Amino acid sequence: MSTNVAYYIPHKATWPVIGTAGLVTMLAGFANYLNGSSSVGPAFMVAGLVVFVIMLVGWFTLQAHESETGMYNHDVGISYRMGMMWFIFSEIVFFAVFFGTLWYTRNLSVPWLGSGATKELLHSAYEATWPTNGPGNVGGKFEPMSAWGLPFLNTLILLSSGVSCTWAHHGLLAKNRDQLIKGLAITVALGFLFVMFQAFEYHEAYTEMGLTLGSGVYGSTFFMLTGFHGFHVCVGAIILSVVLFRSWKGHFKPENHFAFEAAAWYWHFVDVVWLGLFVFVYLL
Amino acid sequence: MSAVVAEHDDHHADEHHDHGPAKGLLRWIITTNHKDIGTLYLLFALAMFFVGGTMAMIIRAELFEPGLQFVDPAFFNSMTTMHALVMVFGAVMPAFVGLANWQIPLMIGAPDMALPRMNNMSFWLLVAGVLLLASTLFLETGAPNAGWTFYPPLVLQPITVGKAMPFAVFAVHLLGISSIMGAINIIATIFNMRAPTMKMMDMPLFVWTWLITAFLLIAVMPVFAGAVTMLLTDKFFHTSFFNAAGGGDPVLYQHIFWFFGHPEVYIMILPTFGVASTIIPVFARKPLFGYSSMVWATGSIAFFSFIVWAHHMFTVGMPIAGTPMLFSIAFVVLFTMGGFTGLMMAIAPADFQYHDTYFIVAHFHYTLVPASIFILMAAGYFWLPKWTGHMYNEKIGQLHFWLSAISVNVLFFPQHFLGLAGMPRRIPDYAVQFADWNMVSSIGGFIFGASQLLFLYIVIDTIKGGTGEKVTNEVWEDASKHSLEWTLPSPVPYHTWTTPPLLVPTEHVLDSH
Repeated sequence: MSTNVAYYIPHKATWPVIGTAGLVTMLAGFANYLNGSSSVGPAFMVAGLVVFVIMLVGWFTLQAHESETGMYNHDVGISYRMGMMWFIFSEIVFFAVFFGTLWYTRNLSVPWLGSGATKELLHSAYEATWPTNGPGNVGGKFEPMSAWGLPFLNTLILLSSGVSCTWAHHGLLAKNRDQLIKGLAITVALGFLFVMFQAFEYHEAYTEMGLTLGSGVYGSTFFMLTGFHGFHVCVGAIILSVVLFRSWKGHFKPENHFAFEAAAWYWHFVDVVWLGLFVFVYLL
Repeated sequence: MSAVVAEHDDHHADEHHDHGPAKGLLRWIITTNHKDIGTLYLLFALAMFFVGGTMAMIIRAELFEPGLQFVDPAFFNSMTTMHALVMVFGAVMPAFVGLANWQIPLMIGAPDMALPRMNNMSFWLLVAGVLLLASTLFLETGAPNAGWTFYPPLVLQPITVGKAMPFAVFAVHLLGISSIMGAINIIATIFNMRAPTMKMMDMPLFVWTWLITAFLLIAVMPVFAGAVTMLLTDKFFHTSFFNAAGGGDPVLYQHIFWFFGHPEVYIMILPTFGVASTIIPVFARKPLFGYSSMVWATGSIAFFSFIVWAHHMFTVGMPIAGTPMLFSIAFVVLFTMGGFTGLMMAIAPADFQYHDTYFIVAHFHYTLVPASIFILMAAGYFWLPKWTGHMYNEKIGQLHFWLSAISVNVLFFPQHFLGLAGMPRRIPDYAVQFADWNMVSSIGGFIFGASQLLFLYIVIDTIKGGTGEKVTNEVWEDASKHSLEWTLPSPVPYHTWTTPPLLVPTEHVLDSH
């Protein structure tokens, strides 16, 4: 397995500082936009995003090239795997904040608002039930999202995509390039299908159900959790598309395919978060 | 597990002409070398120490007398908010990351950090985050002024924070990504890049404390990012996370913030313990007492075992006491004081008296300034000769120490009295009965601030040649028995451990074998 070369230490990296410049330009533009700048703000956002995307393409092309020319030995691969593993861990913590917020709101703050002195003195008419948009009826009347329509379909889609992803991995390990490409293509297609259905769901919520990000704490937690998850599905699907493209170009070997593994781990992570969402946001 | 093969291939050696640093300014922008990046972190942190310190001088100048003298209240509140953010995220944390960059590969026999390109990005994201934050000083509504804790609903009011709030939130995001990248790099380096014969329980304690700190960082920085994201959507996108009218709760923010905030203080203090545990045994000429229990104690953050150990070392007897040792001793004594006042706060009924008073300000400054800051100074005196090959001026170093150690107490000790007497924190003006102790505190503050210019002088002077005395590889007598970096030449070459060391020192872990 080891390519019998020393641990590869790259020199003179230009992409990190370019990516940083793109990111900070984008965020400074976004902050200006939020403060009411409707021309300069968005212009900076777009310019920063373009630079950031160029950085991603450039940096990953470089890494793919280095990997395919055998510059990474076994130990470099271990460093990359550790990096990906702890990155996903940090993402899990990020989602945990919003799951924790949902738990706190449903089990603590909403019952407090509808009981005891708070109820007697402030909101006598408020019934602490879930879903709720609070004693102020913030955002007006809304209908909560049911679990058994599109969300259930999306659960099936995402679980199937986990299976096709694993099937592709088996293809890679068995040197069956055809199975690898087919499996990845199915996974990517299912990923984008998920995003499309979620877009339909959001559209229905906004136009027909009165359910928006502003629908009190139910709308806040619903859209924050499903929105961040949907964003992660998009990112995961794009990563898998790149892996699909590289597979089609003939990259990866059974003993050297870190990019595939990282993409697959990320995809399974997104999958598991969705199961949590389905249970705690839609079902319960 | 070892990361590096012991022998170089011939074709690899041919590439060595390419391996020096790039020329000019570009070297520092695109570098992947752990020593260059460590230097960048340390210099940036030192610069921010003076920026944050200037803000502290403005605060103490305004508090010198009752009444409003120099600044208006909103700007005063911006200064307390920015002083905290700049010192925590711009000075103390980056300084320890700088030490980690320099020392971890040297101490474990690794050729560099595990992910060198990401290491570069961690640093530049830090600079970007701090710049984004500092840019708010130039907004017409001023910098953030609701306190570094960003409590809602105050932080969500239109006037209190004005236009600074989204900049501060995005700055926290960038600083968070930077910290997480840095932490991942440190974890991968320690697990994957150690010299072949170095077991986990052979690692210097500094490396252990940083490993544990890195886990803390990955576990809590995303929490802070999530909390400020919800502030942002509450303010700009109509969500109700912290708004009771919509069913939310502002207290939820405080829970989430302190889920981050309490580990954050360990993030700043655990590497402090690590450096102190490195310096004291070298000067005491003794193996570190209770190495393995220290590792476990740090892991379980049972820092009482640390204080017991430190006290033990303190009384064992110390034949030499250079500036690094003086700062370390002061840390042991003064941090204990901060610890004791912390215990007072843990007594819930009594805390009602202290809450949001200058007693709190005195407490956390005792845990941060004579602890983290003093140990960062000690680390500078301890390793600068190794890094530069030059000896610092011991006389000026000791002058710096004595001025700092005395003035820091003049600065913060009276604040305990002020707090117990009821003076609130984050206030530019106060009742006349607080005048005398505030004046004493401000005088201490000005002396402390001015004394730090000596440190700046010493750093520059040492880099430029110091006393002219050529230091040995060991620098400190018998230091090479304690950890690997002292076996390398002084100054350390640009690339080190391209072939890993075969023997690792075990003096520091004597009791664990």
